Amino acid sequence: MSLTHQDVARIAKLARINVSDEEIAAVGNQLNNIFGLIEKMQAVNTDGIEPMAHPQDVSLRLREDIVTQTNQREAFQAIAPQVEKGLFLVPKVIE
Amino acid sequence: MTNATLKQLSQQLAAGAVSSVELATQYLDRIEALNPQLNAFITVDRARTLADAAAADAARAAGNAGLLTGVPMVHKDIFCQQGWKTSCGSKMLDNFISPYNAHVVEQCNAAGLITLGRANMDEFAMGSSNENSYYGAVKNPWDLNAIPGGSSGGSAAAVAARLTPVATATDTGGSIRQPASHCGVTGIKPTYGVVSRYGMVAYASSLDQGGPIAQTAEDCALMLNVMAGFDERDSTSLERAREDYTRELNQPLAGLRVGLPREYFADGLDGDVAKVIEDAVAELKKQGAQVVDISLPNTELSIPAYYVIAPAEASTNLSRYDGVRYGHRAAEYKDLVDMYEKTRAEGFGAEVKRRILVGSYVLSHGYYDAYYLKAQKIRRLIANDFTAAFAQCDVILGPVAPTAAFNIGEKSGDPVQMYLSDIYTLSVNLAGLPGMSVPAGFDRQGRPVGLQIIGNYFGEAKMLNVAHQFQLATDWHCRMPNL
Repeated sequence: MSLTHQDVARIAKLARINVSDEEIAAVGNQLNNIFGLIEKMQAVNTDGIEPMAHPQDVSLRLREDIVTQTNQREAFQAIAPQVEKGLFLVPKVIE
Repeated sequence: MTNATLKQLSQQLAAGAVSSVELATQYLDRIEALNPQLNAFITVDRARTLADAAAADAARAAGNAGLLTGVPMVHKDIFCQQGWKTSCGSKMLDNFISPYNAHVVEQCNAAGLITLGRANMDEFAMGSSNENSYYGAVKNPWDLNAIPGGSSGGSAAAVAARLTPVATATDTGGSIRQPASHCGVTGIKPTYGVVSRYGMVAYASSLDQGGPIAQTAEDCALMLNVMAGFDERDSTSLERAREDYTRELNQPLAGLRVGLPREYFADGLDGDVAKVIEDAVAELKKQGAQVVDISLPNTELSIPAYYVIAPAEASTNLSRYDGVRYGHRAAEYKDLVDMYEKTRAEGFGAEVKRRILVGSYVLSHGYYDAYYLKAQKIRRLIANDFTAAFAQCDVILGPVAPTAAFNIGEKSGDPVQMYLSDIYTLSVNLAGLPGMSVPAGFDRQGRPVGLQIIGNYFGEAKMLNVAHQFQLATDWHCRMPNL
C-alpha cells in the first residue's frame, strides 16, 4: 500500500493533530515505510485463530455501588490551562 | 557509599553506619556533579528529598523502620507522584504537577523509600534509544556518544552511573530490559498484571508493565516485593497472594532446563553479542543447567504485530491530551477543533505523533480487520509459541537486542531501523510474560551486553534465581563506568 497526501491529511484529521502542507510529504514517507514493515503480517494465514486482546484471561471486576473517591476538584483544576467558577474553559463549541 | 547495592545500604542504615540524610546528600551531590553530562534526570528537588530523608531517620529513631526505610531511589517520570512534576518526557505535560500518587509510588512511600528525583525517558515511553525526550537525549554512562536504550534510559543510566541504587521503570516492548542491557545493569519486567498500572501514564495498556532496575538481581527481587501487589483501581491488576521474590535466589541451578530459541541466534545478531550470550550459557551449564534447543517460529512477526497494537492503543490513550483539563494548550486557535489540533501538534514530539497517526489509521473504518484484528491473531500465535516452548524448558535465554548500544543519532532518522532493534523483546510483552536483563559482558567497543532471561507466567522468582546464581559466579554487574 502507499498512502497519498490526501490519506495522510485524513489520518491527521482523525488523530486531531495539525500536520502542515509542508510536513505532509515527509510524514507520508515515514508512514509508508512503517506500513511496509507492518504489511509483512498479511502473508500469514490466521484463519480460525482467536484474537488476543489481553495477555491475561481476566474479566472486569465488579465493585459495590458506593462512593470511594473524595472530591478533589480544586486539586485537579489547579493544573488546568483555564478555569472559571469551577468549570474548565474551552472555546465556544456551538455557534 | 554510592557504589553500594540496595541490600548493602539497607544494612548500613539498620546498623546506624549512615543516616538517610547523609546518604541522600551523597547521592544528590553525585547527581549534581554528573547529571549535566548524562541528562538522566528531569527533576531533582534537594530540599524535598532531604526533608523526606529526615522523616525516614525520625521514623527509624522511633523504631518504625522497615527493610528499605530511608533508602534513596528514583522514579521514572511516567509514574504520577503527588507534588512532583510528572512530564512523561513530554512538552505536553511539562506543566503537570501530579495531584495524586501512582500505586507503585504509594507502595514505595509505604516502604519508606526516599525519592531522589525523576528519571528522564522517551516521550510517553515511545522509543528504543531515549533520544525522544522533550528534555533532550540521555547519554550512556559507559560511552557518552552512545544511547542508553529506551524508554527507561534515564532510570538505567542513573543506576549505572551510581546516581541511585535503584529506579522504577516500565516495559511496553522492552523498555526495562533494553536500557538495562545497554547500561550494564539489572532490570526485570514482571508478568503482565503483577504491578498495578494505576497512575502510570498509559502508552499501550495491554502491554505496559512496571518493574525495577538495580545493580543486582537480589536488589530487583527486594524492589519487586515493594512494587508488586493487587490494586483494585487497575482493572487488569491480578488478584494474587503476595509473594516473596527473594525466596528462590539461593537455589542451585542443577537440573534447570534452559531453552535457546534458534530464531534469537539467526542472521542479524551481532557477533560480539552472540559470543557474550554463548559464554553466559556456558557459565550456567557449568552450574548444572541443561540446554534445550527450542523454536519460537513467529518471532519476526512480533515487530509488525507490536507496531500495530501499541500505536492503536497509544492513539486511544493519548486522545486525553487535548489541552482542555490539564497539560499544554496552544496559545492561539480559532475554534475547539483547531485548539485540539494545534495543542497536539505543538505538545507531542515526532515519534509520538507518528505512532498516533499509525494507530488512528489502523483503527479507522475499513482497516480495523486488516490491521488491528490481524495483529491480535498474530499475537495469539506468538503466545502459543511460548506455551509450546515452556513445555520443554524452565526459562528461555537469549540476547536482549541485536547489538550493543549504538551511537546517538545513528538511527534517529529512520524509525523502521529503530523498530527492528526491538526484535528479541517485543514478543515477551505481546504474550504478557516476565523477562529480565542481566549484565553478561561487553562488546569490542567496551559497551555492555545483557543476557535476557524469559520466564513462564509468574516465573519471576525462578528468573531471579537464575540471574542471582549467574551474578554469584560472575562480576559483570559489579563493573562501573569511568565518569
